Amino acid sequence: MAETATILKTTCYHCGDECLTDDFITDERKFCCKGCMSVYQILAGSSLCNYYSYNDHPGATHKDHDKRFDYLSDPTIAGQLLDYTDERISLITFYVPQIHCSSCLWLLEQLNKLNPGIHYSRVDFLKKQLAVRFDHHQIGLQKVVELLYDIGYEPLISLQDVVKERSRSGNSKLIQKIAVAGFCFGNVMLLSFPEYFGLSVSEASFRRFFGYINLLFTIPSVFYCAWGYFDSAWKNLKNKVLHIDFPLALGIAVLFVRTAAEVLTHRGAGFADTLCGLVFFLLLGKFIQQKTYHHISFERDYRSFFPVAVQIIMDGAEKPIPLADLTTGHRMVIRHNEIIPADAVLLKGEALIDFSFVTGEAMPVDKSPGEIVYAGGRQMAGVIHLEVVKPVSQSYLTQLWNNDTFKSENESRIKTFSEKVTRYFTIILLIIAFGTFFFHLPDLNEAVAAFTSVLIVACPCALALSTPFTMSAVLGIFDRNHFYLKNTAVVEQLANIDAVVMDKTGTITTGTNKNIRLNGDLSAEQKKLIFSACVNSNHPLSRMICDYLNLTDRLPVAEYKETPGEGISACVAGHDVRIGSDKMIFGDLDGHNPGTRVHLMIDGHYLGNFSFGHHYREGLKEIISMPGYLFHLLSGDHNHEYTELANIFGSGCMHFNQSPQQKLDFIKKLQEEGNKVLMLGDGLNDSGALRQSDIGIAVTDNVNNFSPGSDAILDGRSFSKLPGFIRFSKDTVNIVRLSFLISLVYNIVGLSFAMTGRLSPLVAAVLMPVSTVTIITFTTVATHFTSRKRQLL
Amino acid sequence: MNIIYFLIGCSVLLALGFLGAFFWAQRSGQNDDLYTPSIRILLDDEQEKDEEK
Repeated sequence: MAETATILKTTCYHCGDECLTDDFITDERKFCCKGCMSVYQILAGSSLCNYYSYNDHPGATHKDHDKRFDYLSDPTIAGQLLDYTDERISLITFYVPQIHCSSCLWLLEQLNKLNPGIHYSRVDFLKKQLAVRFDHHQIGLQKVVELLYDIGYEPLISLQDVVKERSRSGNSKLIQKIAVAGFCFGNVMLLSFPEYFGLSVSEASFRRFFGYINLLFTIPSVFYCAWGYFDSAWKNLKNKVLHIDFPLALGIAVLFVRTAAEVLTHRGAGFADTLCGLVFFLLLGKFIQQKTYHHISFERDYRSFFPVAVQIIMDGAEKPIPLADLTTGHRMVIRHNEIIPADAVLLKGEALIDFSFVTGEAMPVDKSPGEIVYAGGRQMAGVIHLEVVKPVSQSYLTQLWNNDTFKSENESRIKTFSEKVTRYFTIILLIIAFGTFFFHLPDLNEAVAAFTSVLIVACPCALALSTPFTMSAVLGIFDRNHFYLKNTAVVEQLANIDAVVMDKTGTITTGTNKNIRLNGDLSAEQKKLIFSACVNSNHPLSRMICDYLNLTDRLPVAEYKETPGEGISACVAGHDVRIGSDKMIFGDLDGHNPGTRVHLMIDGHYLGNFSFGHHYREGLKEIISMPGYLFHLLSGDHNHEYTELANIFGSGCMHFNQSPQQKLDFIKKLQEEGNKVLMLGDGLNDSGALRQSDIGIAVTDNVNNFSPGSDAILDGRSFSKLPGFIRFSKDTVNIVRLSFLISLVYNIVGLSFAMTGRLSPLVAAVLMPVSTVTIITFTTVATHFTSRKRQLL
Repeated sequence: MNIIYFLIGCSVLLALGFLGAFFWAQRSGQNDDLYTPSIRILLDDEQEKDEEK
């Protein structure tokens, strides 16, 4: 029976999932669920079936969702979400995580065919954003979202990261600066060629002309493009910090002044070409360093996890209110799959709450009326009513964000290597420059010439470029391996760590694939009976049993009864089937591990049980066996996996039942003992620890989903590559050091010319691009080579 | 050789024109999304002509 079921496996026309029943057929096409079928019907009704011709199964499964967008009709909430609105039209940008193929793009840009109230819709594929312009007299915001929901593209609406407009504007300014710098650089190079090849005496008027034009081109280059360097050098000086911007700004200033002086007094051609090239290359380095991941956010906190609004009962009627207005005493209504946004007392209903994201508890917890339910849990059963006892910002979970760690910008982190080096570099440079000046002193002209030449030649262009170019190559390689870093400084932090702390649930275990094991023998008939009973239940364990049994035929079920926290009893095809906990099957034994075993009984015969173990991510053992690192497990869950985990971590390094605050404190303690800590976590309860640690990595199975604020996001698939990442980041730091050495050699060669005071513009103009090109080539080749060695390419 | 002054003037003006064109493209958001058009072009147009695009 089971074999034929696998052979005849049919897939849903819409989403490609397996069809378990033949109940959903339209136009001779099979669907796995009602949701998928209704999406098809909507599209077919508007003759948009081309959707299915671009890709096979383009849809996402539409199984377990409910539509609840009432809150969008509230004008204050809608006002916060809309980009623009006037009397006629409204503009909004949605983040739609499901966008993944050309069919999505095609369909979402045809929204005006589904509803004429929508004027226009445009997809940004990489950012997974959809911009919609609509007439709000014809179709309200709520209707737009419901339409999107109906066709299977539910937008993710949260107040925090709706659209990230800010990041774009800064980048676009830099691009404009690069354009201007490139324009000046190109023209100046062209006009400098006659000088390089030599001009005859008869052409002296041209020489002046070229000089003036070059000077003209350097003005926007210095005062527009390079202004940021002067600005930051000045700020750093005021704070008594010697940053690499200082010698750069000094070099640029000296170049400009000397060029202007030489051109205006007709004494020489100046260094306009070097100056413009320098500014152009520096800005290019800055641009490359800014790696932006469109679809990933590193700054999320509880606000993007929590809903925008919540339903409350007021004066006997249900109405939505924005989360910010929720206060103590409000009576909330929470439905299946919704998140409880504030600490509350359960008043009515059957609560089965999944706290895995908040506390790390792997199994959903039953709550009975009168008990406190902490914010952040997800309701897995039906409708419940709760009374808020603490406002959103004061709850057990969210008060973590009131901690000092979140208030201060974390600037006390490890100084990067380049910061350390440039301090000494700047001091030595100034000593040499003034030394040269005094050495030539009786002759003031020569002294000034030599002094400025030193500053020009030693301008650490290659030095400033080596880090961005290396790091951007490294970020690209990490990116390919599904490891996304917030910025380039994280690479160095990763190289420096010596202790690794891991969360359990969701981090080293995978969210869904729990190991399910059947202890006992079941005949095919018995399996069918159990499947038929379990398929009626929404409990996560019942679903896992159904998946495990993988059957399609259901037997008729009568007298079905599900007792929360205990199990199911039903009469299936005349047999009495009982599936449930110790308590239900054996009477009132006090089992300490509720939910980890499900016992089976048919017609009074005990048949065995299902046990649920966790499935640990691949490569966990290899990571733990890395020499030279300290490993700790920090879990908010109970210790019922103690023995399994003790084999991996060793019994001294495991800490269970940790609250979010305790996690943060544990990291702090390790740091006070002199460790550089890497924290791996996935849930909101790890947020404090992720923030406190020297580098916090959020592990997630889907990078588009919520992940807590962190320095880096690691896709669960690449978890086993972690040792490779750490080793590679160490290699990277070495590459940066080597490239520093190379650029120093160039500087020394240049200085030997400069100290004599006879630096020709040609030497300076040649030396700078050559050193830059050498550095870029070296870092690119070296990172490529080492990433091969670490098997990351 | 005085034609050089004129020619250089022309070339700088031309280059300034291109720079201005780039600024305009950047400000009007033409470079914001460089990926989606590459997919959009592969999708067929509908047979019946729709007026607003």
